[in-house]
Amino acid sequence: MIEVRHVTKRYGQKTVVDDLSFTARPGQVTGFLGPNGAGKSTTMRMIVGLDTPTSGEVLVNGRRYTDHAAPLQEIGVLLDAKAVHPGRSAVNHLLALARTHGIPRQRVDEVIELAGLRPVAGKRVGNFSLGMGQRLGIAAALLGDPAVVMLDEPVNGLDPEGVLWVRNLLARLAAEGRTVVLSSHLMSETSLIADHLVVIGRGRLLADTSVESLVAKAAGGGVRVGSPAAELLGSLLAGPDVTVTAAGAEQLVVSGLTSRQIGLIAAEHGIPLFELTAQTVSLEEAFMDLTRESVEYTSHLELAR
Amino acid sequence: MTTTTIAPAPVRPVYRLRFGGVLAGEWTKFASLRSTWVTTGVSAVLLVALGLLAAAVSAEGMDAVSVALAGSTLASLAVGVLGALLGASEYTTGMVRATFVAVPGRTPVLWAKALVAGGMSFAVMTAGALLAFVLGKPMLDDGVPALGLGDEGVLRALVGAGAYLGLVAVLGVALGMLLRSSAASIAVLAGALLILPGVFMLLPGSLPDTLSPYLPSNAGSAIMSLHTADGSLGPWAGLAVFAGYVVVALGAAAYRLKKADA
Repeated sequence: MIEVRHVTKRYGQKTVVDDLSFTARPGQVTGFLGPNGAGKSTTMRMIVGLDTPTSGEVLVNGRRYTDHAAPLQEIGVLLDAKAVHPGRSAVNHLLALARTHGIPRQRVDEVIELAGLRPVAGKRVGNFSLGMGQRLGIAAALLGDPAVVMLDEPVNGLDPEGVLWVRNLLARLAAEGRTVVLSSHLMSETSLIADHLVVIGRGRLLADTSVESLVAKAAGGGVRVGSPAAELLGSLLAGPDVTVTAAGAEQLVVSGLTSRQIGLIAAEHGIPLFELTAQTVSLEEAFMDLTRESVEYTSHLELAR
Repeated sequence: MTTTTIAPAPVRPVYRLRFGGVLAGEWTKFASLRSTWVTTGVSAVLLVALGLLAAAVSAEGMDAVSVALAGSTLASLAVGVLGALLGASEYTTGMVRATFVAVPGRTPVLWAKALVAGGMSFAVMTAGALLAFVLGKPMLDDGVPALGLGDEGVLRALVGAGAYLGLVAVLGVALGMLLRSSAASIAVLAGALLILPGVFMLLPGSLPDTLSPYLPSNAGSAIMSLHTADGSLGPWAGLAVFAGYVVVALGAAAYRLKKADA
């Protein structure tokens, strides 16, 4: 479990993380989302004690990270795939980290196998592709058999097969009861893996929600109904939780009812329909709506819609 | 919904972060890079080769120990660079993030690195100094008084050279972790050891004579002289002064490690 409590981080005048609070729970995959520059990496660095919060506190499994007797067994992290000396082989890199905790050589071989690095284990890391570097970073994260696994943009540079591998791995780790956190700036990718979403922008919490409720919210755009008897249909559909808005002479936008319910009511009363469309908003659009205000670098060219 | 286990694994092995482990990890890092072996080898070769060269061209009035240690200044630069690279490369490569996630207390990494670099340099340089002395002996000019390892001060000077060079490597590690840049730490190291004594000679009046024995390289190399020269510190006092500089640099590095973001 990771508990972030009212954490603020300032570098000089610039506030990178602003009074951020959220909890990542065991048995779940928590997606940590935000546009580039939102403060995701800084937050993750503070979780493992690389940066010190200006105020607030972060607890990993109930304690400050630095207070644990075996930190690598509490949390395994991939912060960036370049946190490796390029002149060292993959196996020696992992071995150097393992030795600090008395983790046996056999475990190093296990994570190399798990990450699919067997053929390149003895090669210098400097010659690795980005994808192999990511796999090495994930292998390092799993070294201590940790209760929490936290990965920053883990699918960066991975091929489709690798992306699928990460997805299955994270689901398995969460099913084993571990706390899994992965950061991303891509909603579509994250929603496939995550159970819970923490969305930040400009260092502030924008949403702390389940994927289901965000999907529900995203789909909450109502149903567009076209009928020659729009006015009559509108009065039949009206109810306590239903909003009906006229959109032109023969069109309505209805929220609070599904397309199916509207179609059945119309049929019951013999009213013809020529349009019945759920106005869905994609997850990606919902995410962009959420973070629009907080995108650090905005293009001034309006995108064609 | 299937039954999921709440504990991560039925039996989790118990690992512990210990200083011995950090030391073993730093040794693995040291031993698994080609560059550390190359630098260590170059320092040893410099010390032995220059000692033998000096023996071959030795002349009357020289002493056998200072001839054997003719390469010590260049060797000190090489081991200092070795230490600085070990310290600074953590930062220049980004490895430091992985290192400090594993060892969040941070200072144990500094102590372990210092022990590995210092211990290794001491062992290799002591062997190099003894080798230069023993191999150079038959090559000495007839006018150079014959000395053996058993003669007074000889072993102290040769092993002392190893100790001084080991401390220089530790100084390099401290500067590397303090300044976090290879170029900056090597520049400061070379400046302190090689350039500072020259600069001090330009000071007015009696200041150069009063202060220069306390300069890092002058103090540290006192242990390598068979006889204490006028205006120089005694062997042990000199080594202690140099060790003092190393302790100050280590302290500064430890302070920055604790206080600053990694």
